[in-house]
Amino acid sequence: MKKVNKFWLFLILAVLIYGIGQGLIQTGILNAFYSNMLILMIINIILAVSLHLVIGITGQFSIGHAGFLAVGAYVSAIITMKFELPFVLAIIIGGIVAALAGLLVGIPTLRLRGDYLAIATLGFGEIIRIVFLNIEYVGGAAGMMVTNMTTWTSAFVCLIITILVIANFTNSRHGRACIAIRENEIAADAMGINTTFYKVAAFAIGSFFAGIAGGLFSHNFYIIQPTNFGFLKSFDILIFVVLGGLGSMSGSVISAVLLTVISTYLQQYPETRMIIYSLVLVVVMLYRPQGLMGTREITDFFGKKKSVKGGN
Amino acid sequence: MEWLQQLINGISLGSIYALIALGYTMVYGIIKLINFAHGDVFMVGAFVGFYAIKGWGLGFFPALLFSMAFCAVFGVLIERIAYKRLRNATRIAALITAIGMSLLIEYGVIYARGAQPEAYPDNVLPSTTFNLFGAQISSQSLFILGVSVGLMIILQFIVHRTKIGKAMRAVSHDMDAARLMGINVDMTISYTFAIGSALAGAAGVIFGVYYTKIEPLMGIIPGLKAFVAAVLGGIGIIPGAMVGGLILGVVESVVSAMGFSLWRDAAAFIILILILIFRPSGIFGKNTREKV
Repeated sequence: MKKVNKFWLFLILAVLIYGIGQGLIQTGILNAFYSNMLILMIINIILAVSLHLVIGITGQFSIGHAGFLAVGAYVSAIITMKFELPFVLAIIIGGIVAALAGLLVGIPTLRLRGDYLAIATLGFGEIIRIVFLNIEYVGGAAGMMVTNMTTWTSAFVCLIITILVIANFTNSRHGRACIAIRENEIAADAMGINTTFYKVAAFAIGSFFAGIAGGLFSHNFYIIQPTNFGFLKSFDILIFVVLGGLGSMSGSVISAVLLTVISTYLQQYPETRMIIYSLVLVVVMLYRPQGLMGTREITDFFGKKKSVKGGN
Repeated sequence: MEWLQQLINGISLGSIYALIALGYTMVYGIIKLINFAHGDVFMVGAFVGFYAIKGWGLGFFPALLFSMAFCAVFGVLIERIAYKRLRNATRIAALITAIGMSLLIEYGVIYARGAQPEAYPDNVLPSTTFNLFGAQISSQSLFILGVSVGLMIILQFIVHRTKIGKAMRAVSHDMDAARLMGINVDMTISYTFAIGSALAGAAGVIFGVYYTKIEPLMGIIPGLKAFVAAVLGGIGIIPGAMVGGLILGVVESVVSAMGFSLWRDAAAFIILILILIFRPSGIFGKNTREKV
């Protein structure tokens, strides 16, 4: 009963936020600048939540997430621009192709651990970018023109689906297996969890949603270029997850929202923006390495005060 | 004799990678941290060398030494400010701090002086070209190779023949045991950062003299590639970094020579992934058994 209530509460809240956003955009209270910021915020939240599944839940340190964003962005752009198929189909196919790319990258690299995994994913992310740079069909370095199709509605629906799927995955048997892998891979293996399967599955699901975000991303800007998907973009996504707290989905959502607002306002001063970003990153790591929320969720602060004891 | 030419270009480029890779590998060997900011120390070295040559009219060697000294201090500062507190932190926290420091240095430099590139004056070193079996070899590339090899020999001497080198080897072998033996671990780590950063600074000046153009974000790609070189040779192993750097430089030149210059950057990462999948301990590394 309790769980069902939570679900409906979430859905009502989502519809409410959607309605407010849609109303403000429709009536023109929010101009193009702000509505664009809202869409960018949603894209960033999807990216942050998808990477949260890989880093925060499964504990696999991936810093090549922008590569999957690029796959989703380019594939969906090809589908709408070259084949002229509908936008919805483009987003779904973009996600699926990104998930396949995730499988392809994940199966060999997820055998590695820690730093090596991080560097290997960074390498794969760069390779994906360089591949797009060298394909003339998608415009090479000059980039590819894409019509603006992303709306508040489409972006918001994608966001709700992403959050629901990842939250449910986390609370399922599979999610618990992933958390066990994060806590101690060897122990998880010894308990009979197929660690490779779950690591690759989490990676592929994360890539799928990064691909969805890519579809929204490419159809929000008028042009996509390989330089949009360098490893600085991967670091941006990583920063959302780490600042929010590794293992806290609401934390990554909150930090994605905050950082999008900050970086939108600092758009005129890109250097200042990056300096603030990096300073925040270093200071948080030095003084609060568990991030904004730690592993807690925002829902933990409401409702019954259940005392959480044992285990650290 | 196109191939010989490319081989020589590759070795020159590779010696720069090797110099940067040495810093990565030494730091990783001692505190198991991928110092992402190392590529930016290389960039700072290039700029310091540039200002020393252009602003103060120093010659190549004084500028090189000045840049090395500056970078040594700079590297120690980075270590003391950011990394020292992280000795017992998780690997992810350390890695993210390193990424943060890297961004901070890059954009700090852009903030301080703007993002516009600078060009090294081209009369820093005498340039004549020799003709060896039909390949055009500039005296500059030979000179650069000589300087790099000289620095590596000095490094080998420091690591294997001096007291501080002995301390460095001991700390990288087992930090706690070294501390029990009365080695000042913090000091040794600072020395490691100083030496590694000085080599990166030297690489920066050499890079500037050889390729002329320098800019605040120039450290990212050579930094990453030097890291690939360090992994290729076996991270934590000093001769491995040298060999890895040279191999990487030659491979890149060959890929460019075959007409795939746009794929050059991908070549380094493909090497990285292949080596990580098939031989994660690198060419010179020993397989270590994992204990539960």
